Amino acid sequence: MDPVAAKYIGAGLACLGMAGAGIGLGNLFGQFLAGALRNPSAADSQRGTLLLGFALTEALGIFSLLIALLLLFAV
Amino acid sequence: MILAAGGGHSPIEQFVLNKVVTWKPFGIDASITNSTLFMIVTVLLICGFLYYAMQGASRVPGRMQSAAEMLYEFVATTVRDNLDDGKDGKRFFPFVFSLFTFVLTCNMLGMIPGFFTVTSHIIVTAALALLVITVVIAYGFLKHGIGFLKLFVPSGVPVVLMPLLVPIEIISFVSRPVSLSVRLFANMLAGHIALKIFAGFVATLLAAAGAWKLIAILPLGLTVALSALELLVALLQAYVFAVLTCVYLSDAVHGAH
Repeated sequence: MDPVAAKYIGAGLACLGMAGAGIGLGNLFGQFLAGALRNPSAADSQRGTLLLGFALTEALGIFSLLIALLLLFAV
Repeated sequence: MILAAGGGHSPIEQFVLNKVVTWKPFGIDASITNSTLFMIVTVLLICGFLYYAMQGASRVPGRMQSAAEMLYEFVATTVRDNLDDGKDGKRFFPFVFSLFTFVLTCNMLGMIPGFFTVTSHIIVTAALALLVITVVIAYGFLKHGIGFLKLFVPSGVPVVLMPLLVPIEIISFVSRPVSLSVRLFANMLAGHIALKIFAGFVATLLAAAGAWKLIAILPLGLTVALSALELLVALLQAYVFAVLTCVYLSDAVHGAH
């Protein structure tokens, strides 16, 4: 296979990892919303934890995007 | 990439280091680059803001003093909740405060168009993460002696499982500085590249003929939305860096769990 083509295919495949982050973020906010609607008075105190979870989950998706960017620009 | 490059701009052009002042003492290249310059600007901004805000501090705070006090309280709450409530928390507060304000200001300065993002280089974030993990290890051994190694031995676990669990604990500890640095660096890098790529689409579409120009409004809108997301990420990543520093330091302070 042409190495340049393989590089671009690899970059595209690496981006598939972001699907996992998408599932995780949907889970995170969905569960938070479910909990917040059950007990709205407790929701505000957990907003910090929610944002922390958002940043940690999103970072994992960014890792796979980073691999794609490395393949595109650095290799 | 081809679209973006067509306009004569590469999305990774923004991360190039340029020498501002060339300085080579004893043959070592210690030139001031744009990265160094922005770090100096960051530190001056933080010190200048805090100094100016607390000039003539009064019991009833003014606007600037309120901002400085809110920043202080925010980090102090984070340290109290995640690290320690007492003496050790106070001991590490300046460390966490410096890290948080430095990372936050670097991230925020990078959001200004045309400015350099210091934290988008792995060497900067890796240096910060190594500093954190060195402090954790040094303080852990200083406070608990050799007992600090009990951190790798989970309590209440059957001895049979130890050969499996101890290596896992060690690997998770060693990967901490890696994930801490890569998380911040990758977020900044990927965010800024995404911004540049969509901005490149706008330029390419505007250069195209006829009705294609009208479609340029779509990537423009997306660029604005991405900028808002990046502002949130810039703040969140600084916060996450501070919180994780607190969590790791709490291992050193409280010893085995």
